[in-house]
Amino acid sequence: MTLALAIDAGLAVLVLAVATWTIAVRKTFAAVVGFVSYGLLLALVWVRLLAVDVALTEAAIGSGVTGVLLLAAAARLRPTEKGAAAEQPGAALCFVTAILSAVVSAGLAALVLLPTNPAPTLAQAAVANLPATGLGNSVTAVLLAYRAWDTLLEKVVLVLALLGVWSLAPDALWGGRPGPRYPAQRDGALVFLAQLLPPVGIVVGIYMLWVGANEPGGAFQGSTILAAMWILVVMAGLGDAPPVGRRWLRLVLVAGPMVFLAVGLSGFAIAEAFLAYPVGYAKPLIILIEVPLTLSIAATLGLLVAGPPERAE
Amino acid sequence: MSLALDIFTVVAISVGAFFFLAGTVGLLRFPDALTRLHALTKADNLGLGLVVLGLLPQAAGLPGALKLVSIWLLAQLAGATVAQLIARAVRPGGPQA
Repeated sequence: MTLALAIDAGLAVLVLAVATWTIAVRKTFAAVVGFVSYGLLLALVWVRLLAVDVALTEAAIGSGVTGVLLLAAAARLRPTEKGAAAEQPGAALCFVTAILSAVVSAGLAALVLLPTNPAPTLAQAAVANLPATGLGNSVTAVLLAYRAWDTLLEKVVLVLALLGVWSLAPDALWGGRPGPRYPAQRDGALVFLAQLLPPVGIVVGIYMLWVGANEPGGAFQGSTILAAMWILVVMAGLGDAPPVGRRWLRLVLVAGPMVFLAVGLSGFAIAEAFLAYPVGYAKPLIILIEVPLTLSIAATLGLLVAGPPERAE
Repeated sequence: MSLALDIFTVVAISVGAFFFLAGTVGLLRFPDALTRLHALTKADNLGLGLVVLGLLPQAAGLPGALKLVSIWLLAQLAGATVAQLIARAVRPGGPQA
């Protein structure tokens, strides 16, 4: 017990130290590296809290995809880095920021340290109703049965985020290919990895999706792995990103949310409400939603990393 | 038998942790990027390998053991590739394939 406590305390100190370093460090690239390590440490914290689903998402999305996005942003910001580093915020701004940060920290501390007794929880209800969904993982049940509405909106937001990135394209290149064209290397180490890893990654991604019904995993984690494989192939120069104007590409992007919405609307007819599943058909319907959703999320994440269109078709 | 396996686990993981420690000390103490990469590979290959080896007797059946071994193999593959890429980026004359 004391050994576990020592590990937890060490982990907490490490997370705080890396977080402080990430904020304090002046170089953008170093801050991004700090942020990625911070995310991976946070994933360990979630494992210690027995929230393996959250840990997987944190490692894949919070650390992985966001880390790559921030790395790309840091690379683009490099020319302006010197000017930005010389700028110092005024005393008033520092003061207001400090006050606001202190208030948020105090509020969070109050929530955690002064819980109502017993702490409000829906965990028992979530587990008690699992048989009705046909699922074994209560997190997947929350995401796709109890609170499917939130998940649907989340997926729409993801597509909107991609539209936001695309809207940065100059008018002439609208509908063109995103990101730079990576030169094909004949015998590079990256090419070797990009040829060897995707078959493994695709299997692992599908496995993640499938196992999410009963064990930690799910559509988001699985699609992150699929997106990573695609990014690897593009970066190694083995393939090129498709022009964002292609109709099939846009269909893939919206297929997940569309199927989700269609199943949700059909809930009025086959069950009693929007996003309600008829008794006994919950699991097949959830799988029907999750498969196109995984494809859509993978495409969206990959294109988010690829960036706005930069080249004509 | 189970005691012997537990002792094997503790010994293998301890030796693995030692290689991680040695790799970290090397990362902090070695003078340039190439030697630091060399130190890191000790942690990746031997350290993680020994930790996985130590965990094998505790794995949940054959599928669990196979998962552990594939984690080690994937970490090796990623580590070796990234080491190559970094080494090419830092060597005089810049990155070359």
